[in-house]
Amino acid sequence: MSALHIKKGATRHSAYNLRPNFSDVQERHTIAVLVENEPGVLARVIGLFSGRGYNIESLTVAEVDHTGHLSRITIVTTGTPQVIEQIKAQLGRIVSVHEVHDLTVEGPSVERELAMLKVVGDGEKRVEALRLADIFRANVVDSTLNSFVFEITGAPDKIDAFADLMRPLGLAEIARTGVAALLRGD
Amino acid sequence: MTREMTGAKMVVQALKDQGVDTVFGYPGGAVLPIYDEIFLQNDIRHILVRHEQGAVHAAEGYARSTGKPGVALVTSGPGATNAVTGLTDALLDSIPIVVLTGQVPTFMIGSDAFQEADTVGITRPCTKHNWLVKETDTLAATIHEAFHVATAGRPGPVLIDIPKDVQFANGEYQPPKPSASHYQPIVKGDMEEITELVAAIETAKKPVFYTGGGVINSGPAASQLLRELVDATGFPITSTLMGLGAYPASGDNWIGMLGMHGLYEANMAMHDCDLMINIGARFDDRITGRIDAFSPNSKKAHIDIDPSSINKVIRVDIPIVGDVAHVLEDILKVWKSRGRKTDSANVAHWQAQISDWRKVNCLAFTQEGKTIKPQHALARLEELTKDHDRYITTEVGQHQMWAAQYLGFEDPNRWMTSGGLGTMGYGFPASIGVQMAHPDALVINVAGEASWLMNMQEMGTATQYRLPVKQFILNNERLGMVRQWQELLHGERYSHSWSEALPDFVKLAEAFGAKGILCSDPADLDDAIMEMINYDGPVIFDCLVEKHENCFPMIPSGKAHNEMLLGEAETQGVIDSKGSVLV
Repeated sequence: MSALHIKKGATRHSAYNLRPNFSDVQERHTIAVLVENEPGVLARVIGLFSGRGYNIESLTVAEVDHTGHLSRITIVTTGTPQVIEQIKAQLGRIVSVHEVHDLTVEGPSVERELAMLKVVGDGEKRVEALRLADIFRANVVDSTLNSFVFEITGAPDKIDAFADLMRPLGLAEIARTGVAALLRGD
Repeated sequence: MTREMTGAKMVVQALKDQGVDTVFGYPGGAVLPIYDEIFLQNDIRHILVRHEQGAVHAAEGYARSTGKPGVALVTSGPGATNAVTGLTDALLDSIPIVVLTGQVPTFMIGSDAFQEADTVGITRPCTKHNWLVKETDTLAATIHEAFHVATAGRPGPVLIDIPKDVQFANGEYQPPKPSASHYQPIVKGDMEEITELVAAIETAKKPVFYTGGGVINSGPAASQLLRELVDATGFPITSTLMGLGAYPASGDNWIGMLGMHGLYEANMAMHDCDLMINIGARFDDRITGRIDAFSPNSKKAHIDIDPSSINKVIRVDIPIVGDVAHVLEDILKVWKSRGRKTDSANVAHWQAQISDWRKVNCLAFTQEGKTIKPQHALARLEELTKDHDRYITTEVGQHQMWAAQYLGFEDPNRWMTSGGLGTMGYGFPASIGVQMAHPDALVINVAGEASWLMNMQEMGTATQYRLPVKQFILNNERLGMVRQWQELLHGERYSHSWSEALPDFVKLAEAFGAKGILCSDPADLDDAIMEMINYDGPVIFDCLVEKHENCFPMIPSGKAHNEMLLGEAETQGVIDSKGSVLV
């Protein structure tokens, strides 16, 4: 991921496109933020979004570099191009933030999300749920005589599609991790 | 070399090693170990304020008048929450201050202990960065890093929360060393963009420099380079409230402050220019007025050290991220190497146009009768103090705008006002901070009576430390700016905008052991001002002024730069429903 070496806040060649094309179209962007893994850092990022009125569609965070004390936050957000540029610039000025990458701009990227779905039912519905799970390459991670817990990984819309199919078959509960994303290639 | 010592001693040692000579503070249970260490040394002066908000504003005044970070020390809980307004003020005006707060011991955090507050949580959105230190071994390095963060890049307030057990425990003291943290903002601008700006300078017919607090924050070299560039190009220059003094008010190319209460010629120049060079300003809503009518025909360049300032409000054509002094140096270098070209014929024509606008004489007023006009009071203050080694602070409101209009600033760091947050109660404690940094200077807080009362408890501080701060109160017995907006926007229904039950300011001064001067007759004004200047000690100057004077020029909310109101006759029904929701 060579793009990771771009310096924070540099020039028009940087991740901060200082000459954006302003339009009113709402865009969906996936932003990866490398942060110092320290107490309160997530609150800083979330506080920025709530304080300035930006959207968060999904947000995931975990430590990715134990020795460097770095965590990676992946945020899916929507906004006009001007708002997206502001989000990146505002993230960049948080002192604990090391790097900001707009994977939607720097892409192509791959996005994956993990979900667990509890489906309760018996008879034909139970058989149908299992068959659909197979088609979607979902795994059964827990089973009782009248329920399954499926584990499924994929792009968010694949999970949406699977959840929609499970709903009439007895979908009782769903837990989603939110999106993790990486740029394609080296 | 490392040394073992207590956390409390470390705090004092780290402050000394950072070159701190003055700390503004107020003790309490959770900072007693640090106060004990302060008691045992003589290198750092501690100024006991009367309220923690005063400590932070005093630190701001110290910082803005010296360019060095200001330091405040307060206790946990209410001490920390009282500091919040000052922190937010410093954040919006990009003032470097370091606030140290005590905290309940680590093992009691989260237990709703006495005087416990989630200080880092509360102050996260109103600091540039903050830290809760849980181990004494990391305390010294954290303090050093805090000074680095407060001053590097776009300056701002930082806070370090120090639990009491961390103050008592022993640890290894780390002396300061150049910051190795990843936080190293870029100071050099992109040469391609700089060259593009120079090309624009060479061909501009109607250029204007629009400068802001970033020039002051960048340091004295930035102001020096700005003066060189402005005078070499002969381009007119205006400034925001925050940037006054970077270019001298007596300079040939100065066209006055711009913005909501800026000068006619400055706002007209902004509206009609073909090249706008924004240096260290941020297109604040007080400056732009109506966004879609803001300087419609200009190419805009923006120099700012904070990338988030660029394209936040106004889309610019030439963005330059960098420190003002570094970028100005490069602009001058490139411009000179390309032959120091400007379109001087057209620029002269433009200057003539600005001179015509100046003839409107938008600050004209008539002083007649037995009542002092506030503008007259400031004009006389200017005349009688301009040759002094003078520093001005202000509170917030009409008096603040009049001070910006009628006082002239020849140098940076001489003008301390709450620009972004608009904090009533800022000016008095700020004047204390300024006077501490400049003991022999003439420090005047231009105030309104309502703002001044918000932090009047600091009279105790002023008299205790014999600080000869002059409180120049333009007393109209009104919240003048609120009243002005109610007149313009709310059908002259003056809801709660007058000051009833005011104290007798002369007796108030005497009660604190200071001098009080009352002046209500224009004929006495000069003598009274001279008496204030010549008195060696704090003075409350109660200047009774015209009660219903409004502040002009004014760009009404939702209007463009060329739709300024110049006086009372033009005020009826000028703000439409869209404008009335703006502040």
